[in-house]
Amino acid sequence: MNSSSPQKDFRCAQPEGNAVILHATRSGEAATADRDAGPRDAGSPVSRAAPRTTDTVFRLEEAQVRYGAVQALAPLSLTIRAGERVALIGPNGSGKTTLLRMLHGLIDPSAGRVERPSIRRQAMLFQRPYMLRASVLRNIALGLWLRGIHWRAACELAHAALARFGLGEAAHRNARNLSSGQQQRMALARAWALSPDVLLLDEPTSSMDPAARRDVEGLLTHFTDRAGVTLVFSSHNLGQVRRLASRVLCFEQGRLLADQSTAAFFDESATAGVRRYLAGELA
Amino acid sequence: MNTLTEATLMAWQLLFALDPELVAIVGRSLAVSATACVIAFGLGLVAGAWLGVARFPGRDPVLTVLSTLLALPSVVVGLIVYLLLSRSGPLGFLGWLYSFPAMVTAQVVLVTPVVAALTRQAIEDADRGHGEQLRSLGASTFTRGLLLAFDERFALLTVLIAAFGRAVSEVGAVMIVGGNIDGFTRVMTTAIALETSKGDLPLAMALGIVLIAVVLLLNVAIAALRAWRERIDGNVSDVTRVLSA
Repeated sequence: MNSSSPQKDFRCAQPEGNAVILHATRSGEAATADRDAGPRDAGSPVSRAAPRTTDTVFRLEEAQVRYGAVQALAPLSLTIRAGERVALIGPNGSGKTTLLRMLHGLIDPSAGRVERPSIRRQAMLFQRPYMLRASVLRNIALGLWLRGIHWRAACELAHAALARFGLGEAAHRNARNLSSGQQQRMALARAWALSPDVLLLDEPTSSMDPAARRDVEGLLTHFTDRAGVTLVFSSHNLGQVRRLASRVLCFEQGRLLADQSTAAFFDESATAGVRRYLAGELA
Repeated sequence: MNTLTEATLMAWQLLFALDPELVAIVGRSLAVSATACVIAFGLGLVAGAWLGVARFPGRDPVLTVLSTLLALPSVVVGLIVYLLLSRSGPLGFLGWLYSFPAMVTAQVVLVTPVVAALTRQAIEDADRGHGEQLRSLGASTFTRGLLLAFDERFALLTVLIAAFGRAVSEVGAVMIVGGNIDGFTRVMTTAIALETSKGDLPLAMALGIVLIAVVLLLNVAIAALRAWRERIDGNVSDVTRVLSA
């Protein structure tokens, strides 16, 4: 097998030593990074400046989504700026996942517009992450390889990501045999390895025990604070929303009930709908 | 002793003695079908994986044609390949008629739609569940199809086994394009037909026993594959479930 060909060599070797890793993309770009550095700079395949916090990453203008006769998301206009940590909350079926999928470009709005003026790279974590029937390491390397990184460099970055998320021991286990909580951690590692500007997370810690949830929240806070990454996540865990989010969007049946800073949201409980949600009365 | 008992006893004698004529026919038959299945699997896998993930105008009619080809009678396939390979046909210059390549060609035509249709079904089911996540990772349509095919490799192995079963047990196409020439293009199914009509029942019976054993082994292999997959990851695709039911 020719190890210089990313398409053919799918062996994942253990990285040697702790030295600087060369990250070469298939298009010929190259960048260096230290594995021991922070989340943004360690494992970033292409070095770049952090986005300015005034940059708009998403601008929605009357964007709505319909599935046949069902309106999954009512017309919505809002702006999300670089570095914001936005929580999407609301009962099941309120449109949180639909909004995340639309922001990620997986579905187009049925009407209205979604603009992404300053995003270079974004990653999305699904509630039930899909793992190929292959090792944990290969699953993580795959995401990088699909973005143009050579397979060998992708494996080295995957090793760094796994170590960062406490999954180094599981690198060569079949990803399908991990617990659902471990799979969510693994999916976070896969998203982190892509060094995105924007991270979209659909209930990222729903299957984790409290200790693992706390660890991941710490990593996400570190990740977003240090690198200026924009975080948009959905959650039913209001404690997590308080800890992670700087802004809260509350939905009910596809309609936006509230768009407030986290402090204002929990202190003022501005609308009757939000108060009912917080009291657990919304179905 | 009646004819059936006598023929069966003589058939087992031929089998235990490893009769050279019998062994040659079985070997040729397996070689033709194995070669055809390898080629058909390559073609059908790519076509099926692509059809499983691609959405384009006219896809539904293409799938209808593919489903129709599944039920194509083998004698019709034989006739079409015969016309293509005959001296005045478009592929007559190859000089393949009544040869090993002609029989392989006929079985490829017969089996490729089976592989493509079953692969398409397996990949489409997987894409419905997970394709969006692969798209979000940056996989193009074709790459997504290949990745899902890789992930469904055990189900596709079942498809390969089923395709081999279809190829090795068909008689019409190889009879027409192979000509059933002794020592050259005679395979198990054509030999059974010929020896029965000649009244040489022991050889026909012996070949029938081998053919049944081959088909039985293939089904055992599919069942074993299913059991192994359930033990490994507790997950069996619908295609494997249907084929091993």
